[in-house]
Amino acid sequence: MIHTNKLSRTFVARKETVEAVKGVDIDVAPGELVAFLGPNGAGKSTTLRMLTTLLKPTSGSATVAGLDVVADPAGVRARIGYIGQGNGGGHSYRVIDEMVMQGRFYGMNTTDAKARADELLKSLDLADLAKRTVIKLSGGQRRRMDVALGLMHSPRLLFLDEPSTGMDPQNRANLWEHIMRMRAEHGTTIVLTTHYMDEADSMSERVIVIDHGTIIADNTPARLKADLAGDLLAVEVAAASAAEVRGLLGRAAAEGEVEEHAYDGVVRFRLRLSNGSRLAPELLRRMHDAGAPAQSLELKPPTLDDVFLELTGRSLREGAEV
Amino acid sequence: MPGQSARTEPAERKPGLDRILRDVWYVFWREMLLPLRDPFSLVFSLLQPLVFLGLFGPLLGSAVGAPAFGGQSTLQWFLPGVVVMIALFGTSMTGSNLQYELMTGSYERILATPLSRSSLMIGRALKEWAPLVVQGLLISVVCIPFGFVLHPLHVLFGLIILGIFGIGLGALSYALALVSQTKEWIFWGVQQTLLFPLMILSGIMLPIEAGPEWMRVASLFNPLTYLVNAERELFAGAVGADTLLGLLAASVTAAVGLVVGVRAINRNIS
Repeated sequence: MIHTNKLSRTFVARKETVEAVKGVDIDVAPGELVAFLGPNGAGKSTTLRMLTTLLKPTSGSATVAGLDVVADPAGVRARIGYIGQGNGGGHSYRVIDEMVMQGRFYGMNTTDAKARADELLKSLDLADLAKRTVIKLSGGQRRRMDVALGLMHSPRLLFLDEPSTGMDPQNRANLWEHIMRMRAEHGTTIVLTTHYMDEADSMSERVIVIDHGTIIADNTPARLKADLAGDLLAVEVAAASAAEVRGLLGRAAAEGEVEEHAYDGVVRFRLRLSNGSRLAPELLRRMHDAGAPAQSLELKPPTLDDVFLELTGRSLREGAEV
Repeated sequence: MPGQSARTEPAERKPGLDRILRDVWYVFWREMLLPLRDPFSLVFSLLQPLVFLGLFGPLLGSAVGAPAFGGQSTLQWFLPGVVVMIALFGTSMTGSNLQYELMTGSYERILATPLSRSSLMIGRALKEWAPLVVQGLLISVVCIPFGFVLHPLHVLFGLIILGIFGIGLGALSYALALVSQTKEWIFWGVQQTLLFPLMILSGIMLPIEAGPEWMRVASLFNPLTYLVNAERELFAGAVGADTLLGLLAASVTAAVGLVVGVRAINRNIS
């Protein structure tokens, strides 16, 4: 569905050249749900804008839905749907008018466009608002209208740029429910950008981590977490038995690194364990056998932020502007 | 963009004329939905030229004196100028509506559809021109009792020339809106600064022949001058050299406007 070869984009601002995207190779198969994850300014949106022909690549090439983005941008645009960061509906227009015109822009006739608009407005809980002016809609309603606009021509490939930024949790869940249902019904291929790691984690089947314009990881969220981060284990033991435990944990730790912190006659160890939920019981048994029982234990599964931290040495949270 | 020219890229497939015309119609129709859904705004736009004609016309006649109008009645001389002025004001504002859409995401949403780039500008410019057809005919009819002689086909041809000019000016206005982005004051500043000198130096309001030599020379470099002369000839019921020059000036404006406009769109989305 998407194939890029060394796709790059540089910007020149005040005589300074900024390489926003540095030669990325991306392949997306039909039906996939892929998230571009990275901090603001990482190059996610720039990549997306090149794939949707809103921006010309400086070098490299991209084939989207079977067509070259430079040779036939209008052809690519006819085959894809794009839901940008802003609200797509013109403020002074009625919801239904914008929907029907959107269909016509894609070459649908008025009858089909009206039928399709009615169907989408109904399934996105906007049917009662069809004749309302866009400016009078709430933020969540406007975002759902954006989705409806993007789906008017039933694209087989849909791009979403930061679909849920600025939405409250309930509206985010609601939006995702609609997107997932549509995907289940039509097998739509979906590519989205997000800087919400929980969203990338729970919704997408494949995460492409982008930082400083390059792809630094590309896999399922589960594999990324297992391979790159591992579970975080914290155990507390009595200070007297710290020496034995130090040795035991050192051999078990994924990277061999064990942090420790002593206070009030207790030593607290922290380490990364790949497959921690399996290893932890065995570790506890061995500590018990060595006469150094754990006083407390905490096991935290990894997040994509841990993955990002492992890859870049920075936290995604720190990088993300609010 | 620097660096891009060095690259060998496959030639971009250009949309055919039928596609562009169809797209122009869609863009035009979307723009027309706003006044159609709110028809009251149209009533005001019809009143405006009447007020201008009714209040400025009489002053003009007595202040300048009939000989300056080349033997025509004041009304016959002034009315085509008012029509050009409405076209000028209307189409030069094409970009201002766009600015609102730049601030939200609706401009980007429309850019992501298969619509051809030139149709985005032409459709919007024609929307600003469309009311002119009604306005022009209306003020012409209203002026008949006061001695204005109406030549309907000539007037219609005059309006079409103004439409061609309007596409060019509208495209330039569109480009200006893209360049000034969300800073509205830049758009209005440039638009107003350019509009009035162009208008005065074209002899719309007062005959340029009454001015000093340098103004007459300056007016020769103003495309609007040829347009106003063409409209005056047509509204007087004649077709001649002035009409041809006006058509030429309008076509050149349209061509320049569209080239500048399409470049601005392509640069802006970069």
